[in-house]
Amino acid sequence: MSEQLLFDRLFGADGHKISSEGLFLHGLAEVDGQTISVIGTRDHAAIDVTLALRIADAILHTVRADASTSPRPILFIADTQGQALSRHDELLGLNGYFAHVARCVDLARRQGHKLVTLIHGEAVSGGFLAYGMLADRICALPDAQVRVMDLRAMSRVTKINLERLEELAAVSPVFAPGAENYWKMGGIHEIWTARDHWGERLAAAFGSIADSDSRATIGNERGGRQLAASIAQLVADA
Amino acid sequence: MTGRRISYFEASARQRLSGLVDEKSFSEFCPPELRKTSPHLARLDAPLAFDDGVVVGRATLAGHKIFIAAQEGRFNGGAVGEVHGAKIRGLLDKALLEKPAAVLLLVDSGGVRLHEANAGLIAISEIMRAVLRVQAAGIPVFALVGGSCGAFGGMGIVTRLCAEVVMSEQGRLALSGPEVIETVKGVEEFDSRDRALVWRVTGGKLRRALGEATMLVDDLIPAFRDASIDLIAKYKTYPLAPASLETLLAEHARLTARSERFATARDGREIWQATFVDAARVPELSVDEFNRQLGEQV
Repeated sequence: MSEQLLFDRLFGADGHKISSEGLFLHGLAEVDGQTISVIGTRDHAAIDVTLALRIADAILHTVRADASTSPRPILFIADTQGQALSRHDELLGLNGYFAHVARCVDLARRQGHKLVTLIHGEAVSGGFLAYGMLADRICALPDAQVRVMDLRAMSRVTKINLERLEELAAVSPVFAPGAENYWKMGGIHEIWTARDHWGERLAAAFGSIADSDSRATIGNERGGRQLAASIAQLVADA
Repeated sequence: MTGRRISYFEASARQRLSGLVDEKSFSEFCPPELRKTSPHLARLDAPLAFDDGVVVGRATLAGHKIFIAAQEGRFNGGAVGEVHGAKIRGLLDKALLEKPAAVLLLVDSGGVRLHEANAGLIAISEIMRAVLRVQAAGIPVFALVGGSCGAFGGMGIVTRLCAEVVMSEQGRLALSGPEVIETVKGVEEFDSRDRALVWRVTGGKLRRALGEATMLVDDLIPAFRDASIDLIAKYKTYPLAPASLETLLAEHARLTARSERFATARDGREIWQATFVDAARVPELSVDEFNRQLGEQV
């Protein structure tokens, strides 16, 4: 589904003014009569230094614009194949540019902006870590792909044979690609269905923002990540 | 400990930790006796560690209360799985309540542990949020990078979220490992077996010259200890202020200027030529001499 169709469905045909420049998306939209800021990547973007700076700039722009008014909610549209793989970007310190994006997301949160991520297309590894995963609430469209690495590559690196990995992937959400697996582990709060009213689901997502990071607890409740919350608690109580 | 020539690079996580903190001051949270191992590694018949590759606890450093985590690079490349990540996250949550002078992260990690990739990725984003939260409360987190696995993947991002990054020349800090880039993009993009090139692109001197690392120290445990003590003193005098719009706009300008200045650079040599009078000598400079010459440029 193209971004324009997605935005029409989310906000109504007259409810958004979002432009794309290359792989970057930026603009405004209406949710429940309220203006929100939309920031995102498109077409399975590989996130490099330039794109990371664009994302950070858009977040800082929103925070600055609302410094003396009520902070607008921000919707991050995540569609990324992961970090750009290049010697140039690594030389400059791509991890540092991603950390900068994360700090900007955190500033927006502390300034009172509600943050929701919608995964459209795919969300992979470092690109997902850079900004989508740091939102207060993470939603995925029904066809969204989420992963660190596909099973073939994983089999090569871990030297565990592919059949064994495929067999285990059928019963465990812990390593195999899939939005459903991330949902079970609490890494994605909700997966929308094709029949849902996406505008209503988005409004509801902005309405159910938690104060703290409760993903480990959610992962435990859903049965996909049964140790993260209890081990963190064990350490905190020591 | 002071005066003993112990390589930080070659030491284990527990050796680094005990050499860094005040003698007999360390007390471990979730110690190996509790045997909190990874069930996901067990299911794949992979080797286990009773601490799941990370040591966390409290200690004193020059008398100051600190929290500390040390990743063991010799176990699965220090990679972050569910239990490993939860221990670091729990330590940061605890820091928020007990307000130590600093939290030290002795990073030695390739990033996400692939055997439990989804749990690892989520855990790293939880650690990122926890580091940001702890620092917003005024508690500085220091990353120490000088181990054989460096700080890669999500742990490379976590490292750069920290208020201070202390590196040795042998330390490496980046996002994707050279092997990954070579596998996907080809050997002409990044030859991972060219060790000198790898160090010029990811190593401590390069990171310090760019400002990605805030201190460069010798590859000795006492050198990392002394640097950490100096940093605690610094934050006692000038407490950490939460990142603000002004500080992030300034950081944005700095990162933008770097990407414009080195718009086509692919080798640390290009950074040396722009930063040092005698670029050819940079690889052989001692840490002291490197820091002195770098200081003259600022």
